[in-house]
Amino acid sequence: MNKFWLITSHTYLTKLKTKVFLISTILILVFMLVLVNFESIIESFEGDEETKVAIIDESGELLDDLSLLPSTGGDSLIEPYSRTLEEGKSQVLQGEYEALVTINLNDEGLPEATFYAKNITDAELQMEIQQKLQQLKITIATAQLGIDEAAMAEVFSPIALDKITIDDSGKSEEEMNQARGIVYMMVTLLYIAVLMYGNLIATDVATEKSSRVMEILVSSVSPITHMFAKIVGIALLGLTQIAIFALIAIVMLQSKQDQIGGLIESFGLHNASFSILLYGVLFFVLGYLLYATLAAMLGSLVSRVEEANQMITPIMMLIVVAFFLAIFGMNVPESQIVTITSYIPFFAPMLMFIRVGLLEIPIWEVFLSVGILVGTIILFAVIGAKVYKGGVLMYGNSSSLKDIKKAMKLTKKE
Amino acid sequence: MTLLLKNVTKRFGKHTAVNNLTLEIPENEMFGFLGGNGAGKTTTFRMILGLLERSSGDISWNGEKIDYEKSSIIGYLPEERGLYPKLKVKEQIVYLARLRGMNKREAADELQNWLERFEVPEYIDKKVEELSKGNQQKIQFISAVIHKPRLLILDEPFSGLDPINVEMLKEAVVDLKNQGTSIVFSSHRMDHVEELCEHVCILQKGTPVVQGSLREIKRSFGKKNLIIHADIPLDFLRDLHGVVRYKQTMEGCLLQITDENVSQNIFSELQGKGFVRKFELEEPSLNDIFIEKVGARYE
Repeated sequence: MNKFWLITSHTYLTKLKTKVFLISTILILVFMLVLVNFESIIESFEGDEETKVAIIDESGELLDDLSLLPSTGGDSLIEPYSRTLEEGKSQVLQGEYEALVTINLNDEGLPEATFYAKNITDAELQMEIQQKLQQLKITIATAQLGIDEAAMAEVFSPIALDKITIDDSGKSEEEMNQARGIVYMMVTLLYIAVLMYGNLIATDVATEKSSRVMEILVSSVSPITHMFAKIVGIALLGLTQIAIFALIAIVMLQSKQDQIGGLIESFGLHNASFSILLYGVLFFVLGYLLYATLAAMLGSLVSRVEEANQMITPIMMLIVVAFFLAIFGMNVPESQIVTITSYIPFFAPMLMFIRVGLLEIPIWEVFLSVGILVGTIILFAVIGAKVYKGGVLMYGNSSSLKDIKKAMKLTKKE
Repeated sequence: MTLLLKNVTKRFGKHTAVNNLTLEIPENEMFGFLGGNGAGKTTTFRMILGLLERSSGDISWNGEKIDYEKSSIIGYLPEERGLYPKLKVKEQIVYLARLRGMNKREAADELQNWLERFEVPEYIDKKVEELSKGNQQKIQFISAVIHKPRLLILDEPFSGLDPINVEMLKEAVVDLKNQGTSIVFSSHRMDHVEELCEHVCILQKGTPVVQGSLREIKRSFGKKNLIIHADIPLDFLRDLHGVVRYKQTMEGCLLQITDENVSQNIFSELQGKGFVRKFELEEPSLNDIFIEKVGARYE
């Protein structure tokens, strides 16, 4: 096995066995499980009891119409209540009813209502009652105007609006939804990967440096080999973690197909456009490489592990900015700020991907952006390798970005 | 198989860390590298290993450039000791040995041999952070020699060890030398260098001030030590012609004299003055030479 793969596999395997990896994987899995089963978890706390709402018809004219109240939709059971308001209130306080509603007719002969409850925090119930009363009102109002129900249904049926792109190369609505789903997923994935694994690279390099094992390592293999082997090793670790999540996600989805199948479809993961996925992988790899190289370089400058986090803060800020720009850009992919930032290397992996995914842009623009990105990666790799080579031999009290210059001086001839 | 440094200079900006150093270290030889703190020893080692670029001059091993292709024949024990604290001895030695071109099985077997030789075979499955400093150093030493290097660089190999462990490591170093390894080592401990090395070089602020075979250096130094134990006051010897240094001891005094003839004058001066229990002429120690050569330039 050559030395590159030896370091890569060593990095991968030792990190794989650490508690941090295990715990972070489990935590994220738990988070995923909770997220997917959120509704059923909430329900299980609420129990199966039906919410009963009492209704008093003060006008005495609406009692017949109360049967018009829609029975479907919502979980509450509305019961006509024949005793007094005061009695009703005390029954609400005792918990026999969730709420009490009084309904009356105003001067124009339209219903108005008052909602009494122990507290008015249950917005869901209020909304439900309001919707039901709204329908009651519409029914009464239209009856007063002499419009029959069939006509009513027609008035309220939604307008048919077909969205068709005239430009042949433009994306259809369905394609747009799919593209948006993939773009969203990839951008988020890159964001999380850079945050998590960039940090891991920097601390790993700092750990080897602070334990002083680094000098032995770089006397056996060139620092450049060491740096890139480290970056690849952590990347493999990241892919392993992502693969675990993907696998679990697929299993979960299959067991709950009916519940969230619709959600997935609206995200456009079925029939995913192959070329967008390919671009996604390309920009993901390039984005990771750019940030990982920077993280390794900065990690090599600190003398103590605790300082690593502080050192990589600037690049973490960059990825956060890139992510927010991307989220903003998803809604307005044609805006100028998205166009400009899609050529700036730190933002390009996310913003050019948005443009390529959501818009039809000339291929040369993509090539230009990728070219700038690759050029920057190579530049940073060359600088990073130099800084790394000097940095791993440099021990000092304070660590700051000024040390980049110092480290590069150390690798020079004089 | 010789290590050759020719007019090697290293500058860091305006500061010259190593100045025009020329060395030849033949095979089967142990070479002692001396110098105060910051004299440029570690910088020289790092240049030999290629960790630092030299500003000028040439370094070659057997006529060839030293690069990472040769890392399997080079062993290095850095002054700042360091291993992975969380890894077990076996895991990390095997890893480091594989980086030096060994295969897994060879490395494991050799590690076993070395641990037995150092009488600590039970450490094989222990984490490094659980070991005492001295024992960590043994493990570190093993990592430097496990792949049977042809060229071994030891930066302060014996510091921080108790006398028994020092002997154990010394023996191991001598064995390696006898098996044909060229060894360069640096030390503050003159006695170790005196005991082990045929050739030495004393660096003073980057410049070699004394260099050559130990015997030659001592002979050409000229000055001798004279030890006198007597029951009479010896102060008057201080002002005698040819006495360079005078040091009071518990039982008499220790003199440094310009050459051995001076001792005869002193001998006659002492006659009839009182009871002299010991009068001994001695070769100068490396320590004396070091202090004289390096100390003089500090002033």
